[in-house]
Amino acid sequence: MSLLQISEPGQAPEPHQQKRAVGIDLGTTNSLVATVRSGSTDTLTDLEGRHILPSVVRYTESGIEVGHEAWAHAVEDSLNTIVSVKRLMGRGLKDVSTLGGVLPYQFAESESRMPLIQTRKGAFSPVEISAEILRTLAERASESLGGELDGAVITVPAYFDDGQRQATKDAARLAGINVYRLLNEPTAAAVAYGLDEGAEGVIAVYDLGGGTFDISVLRLNKGVFEVMATGGDSALGGDDFDKVLAGWILDQAGIGHDALESGSHRAVMVEARRAKEALTDNDTVSVSHGDWSGEVTKALFNELVEPLVTKTLRSFKRALRDGGVKARDLQEVVMVGGSTRVPLVRDKVAELAGKEPLTSIDPDRVVAMGAARQANALAGNKSADEMLLLDVIPLSLGLETMGGLMEKVIHRNTTIPVSRAQEFTTYKDGQTAMAVQVLQGERELVNDNRSLARFELRGIPPLPAGSAKIRVTFQVDADGLLSVSAEELSTGVSSSVVVKPSYGLSDDEITRMLRDSQTSAASDRDARKLREQEVEADRLGEALAVALDTDGKALLSEEEFSALVSDLRNLKSVRGSGDADAIKVEIERVAKASDAFAARRMNQGIRNALSGHKIDEFKES
Amino acid sequence: MAITMTEAAARHVKDQLDKRGKGVGIRVGVRTSGCSGMAYVLEFVDQKQDGDISFEHHGVEVHSDEKSLAYLDGTELDFVKEGLNEGFQFNNPNAASECGCGESFNV
Repeated sequence: MSLLQISEPGQAPEPHQQKRAVGIDLGTTNSLVATVRSGSTDTLTDLEGRHILPSVVRYTESGIEVGHEAWAHAVEDSLNTIVSVKRLMGRGLKDVSTLGGVLPYQFAESESRMPLIQTRKGAFSPVEISAEILRTLAERASESLGGELDGAVITVPAYFDDGQRQATKDAARLAGINVYRLLNEPTAAAVAYGLDEGAEGVIAVYDLGGGTFDISVLRLNKGVFEVMATGGDSALGGDDFDKVLAGWILDQAGIGHDALESGSHRAVMVEARRAKEALTDNDTVSVSHGDWSGEVTKALFNELVEPLVTKTLRSFKRALRDGGVKARDLQEVVMVGGSTRVPLVRDKVAELAGKEPLTSIDPDRVVAMGAARQANALAGNKSADEMLLLDVIPLSLGLETMGGLMEKVIHRNTTIPVSRAQEFTTYKDGQTAMAVQVLQGERELVNDNRSLARFELRGIPPLPAGSAKIRVTFQVDADGLLSVSAEELSTGVSSSVVVKPSYGLSDDEITRMLRDSQTSAASDRDARKLREQEVEADRLGEALAVALDTDGKALLSEEEFSALVSDLRNLKSVRGSGDADAIKVEIERVAKASDAFAARRMNQGIRNALSGHKIDEFKES
Repeated sequence: MAITMTEAAARHVKDQLDKRGKGVGIRVGVRTSGCSGMAYVLEFVDQKQDGDISFEHHGVEVHSDEKSLAYLDGTELDFVKEGLNEGFQFNNPNAASECGCGESFNV
């Protein structure tokens, strides 16, 4: 149920003003764009009806070609035609040199240590080249949807680190695309199959694309996907199947692997890929290279690629072990990536999982379709109840309060995006500044948690302790970016900080922090109880001392005065005893003993306020 | 024929008029469109128009017109909160059915 807002005169929006939102699968070999229209999800085609855009960019004398056109010239103009650029995203020149053997490009160094690819039109970074692919997809989408895009969800492999994710976002920005969020590819695939709406349980996503293998074990819990374990190989994919087959072809043709020039290298790869694809539906395929020609059987191909498939299964088993899951516990296995069409791959995965994997959605398009569903939800085209909840924060977020305690504002496993506010107050009379220490973790004491950031709110009006109202708001956006702001409500002074909670915390660290919080739950609880009583004793002591100082002599008899002074002394000594219960008893005793004094102070305050005024002035105004 | 408003709705209209800095009240109405035939209109009013039928509730001026009132008679405008989302809602006894999102209705 959507709620209405008041519009400017004459500008009430049409109902169901759909936002144009798309999902983009920016793949190593192929890229796609998908959207949700009238409730159904599909990938968008180009003018020739093709869904897939090869992730290939060619720099020509007259301009830039992207996709099929570029791919057509991959052999003859290989130095200026860039394929598999995703492998280079967010990588340094050193990483690239280890891949250099398989990449037929000339690299140049850049000031930022980012590898640049030398072409006839100059040197380009992987970010710029990826932006060309994204731009082409965005143009296709805005033509199909009849207007500028409002935003996109772009998928990335689950193992992408911060640098690689940032590079992907930068590429989108260069292409003029508003990124709602990046989404992990396995999560997108699970969403495409509607598993987010299905029964709760554990699923695995087996993603063997052109250039990467990624295995993810996810747990679906109340519509939320928690990533239990990930694994894979960022340099293993269908390209490698092509490579071993190409190697076999070269051996048969009696040509050395290293003596190849770029063009000829590409030619044999294209031939190997053709043969591989044909072998999905045929048992024998004829191949040729140069003067040589021969035959490849399915059995031979299986034999050639089996070590690669076995490698993926090892990663699969390891991920299951990491997630503490048995293969038979898997509710579903989702197949993603064109290489999962290889019959040997499907057979081996079914054998390991003990059930047939899900393959009904085109494995090349499934990720883009899931991303589109997520984009549609994030654009606000769906109502809040239908909103897909996909990610949770792994550890609680909170701040330090008096006594070195952590006050949790957002609890762990809360789904993001989320915004929570809590009101705090000042601890001392006339306090004009407050330090806000942002913490992450499950423990009660500040020192046992991780400090993420620290900032100060200054300019709080000097008021009695407990009178200022400071609202601290924690906000975690869909990318997991945390921002914390503090505002003093009467004056509006505010201060804020942006932090990234997951940065620098590995999964192992998160696991350790969670375990610690459970094993130390009892001691933590006691520590918190003691700190709370200590803080309360300090607060009462401080207030009583101030009161005695200002009004003690005027309002109390000498006996009463000295009795309260000795109460105050007792309170202070018990406060240092480390015994929470004893402190509590003492607090109650002193509070009771000073009740009469407090009442007299209040009466006097009222008298002072009223004296010198006529009774009329207090009539209802 | 009348349109009423809850106290919460009136308070929020007043707040929003204050923030906006001008305007004499709000206009509620209907127009044809939307997936269920009719869509609600909720706008600020800077100047009363000829033919306006006006009410006052909790100190807020509500303007409408005869045609809209045919569909809105007895409607109560409410202000509701749903999690992080908040906004106005028409409780219209004349609406025979609403589309799922509540943006449009028919009688």
